[in-house]
Amino acid sequence: MTASHTHPRPRDYWMIGGLLAVITAAEVAVTYLDFLDGVLAPLLLTMAVVKFALVVGWYMHLRFDRPIYRNLFLLGAFAAPLLLGAVLFTFGVLIG
Amino acid sequence: MSEHAVEAHSGGHDAGHARKVAMWVFLGSECLFFGTLIATFLLYRGRTGDGPAASDVFDIPFTSVSSFILLMSSLTMVLAHHAASRRDRRTMRIWLIATALLGTVFLAGQVFEFTEFVEHGLTVTTSPFASSFYLLTGLHGAHVAVGVLMLLVTAFMSFGGRYRDDEGMNVEIVGLYWHFVDIVWIVIFTVVYLLQV
Repeated sequence: MTASHTHPRPRDYWMIGGLLAVITAAEVAVTYLDFLDGVLAPLLLTMAVVKFALVVGWYMHLRFDRPIYRNLFLLGAFAAPLLLGAVLFTFGVLIG
Repeated sequence: MSEHAVEAHSGGHDAGHARKVAMWVFLGSECLFFGTLIATFLLYRGRTGDGPAASDVFDIPFTSVSSFILLMSSLTMVLAHHAASRRDRRTMRIWLIATALLGTVFLAGQVFEFTEFVEHGLTVTTSPFASSFYLLTGLHGAHVAVGVLMLLVTAFMSFGGRYRDDEGMNVEIVGLYWHFVDIVWIVIFTVVYLLQV
């Protein structure tokens, strides 16, 4: 079975790398800004999700590869937060 | 990012497809593995006992540099994969070794960081917070170490002989594992480090 798909060029990979570096620098910078305390957690989590999506989509080629790979990974990626929430909810009551 | 900046690339055959499916299933299960460890850390993060808290020992600038190094290793890994897809063994080998070196630097940073924490009184038995922190970051470090070994073996196997058809697939499989280790760190860096100081 031969599948035909597309791949980005090295220039695109370097651009994504630069973007990841900028987001990482921004993540660290916002932790030092006191006036962002109220929105710090959602802001940092949003930036982490963007970095996660960039690596998975471009570097792991999920954007360009067969849908079955994306579906298999998303199954785990969506189940993990559910599991995390269930564990926190269940044991948080006992421990917290 | 321009949609025009993509080029055609033909995929693998049945065996390669089966190996990739297996790797993606494995990575999906690893999501659950690390999800559980992160949940455990979040449960115990406030239980520091008489030991130091995260804000007392974490060195965010240092860990940021480590995170940046691991992120850039994903870039070198994808460049190795690109070279492999073009059957350019020499370039592939250079990027594979560069990735392994960056991974080793990250690991060295983690060892240094752990040593500093121990000197500040944060050992694995100090508190539930310390235990869950070392368990999560230590197991991630073990994954990185395995990845470095896989990279070096893949680079070593590319010496001598002619380019084999499965070589590109080997690099791709190792690459998927390596990128996964990177995305797990993206989550750990945010949840365990940045949100705790």
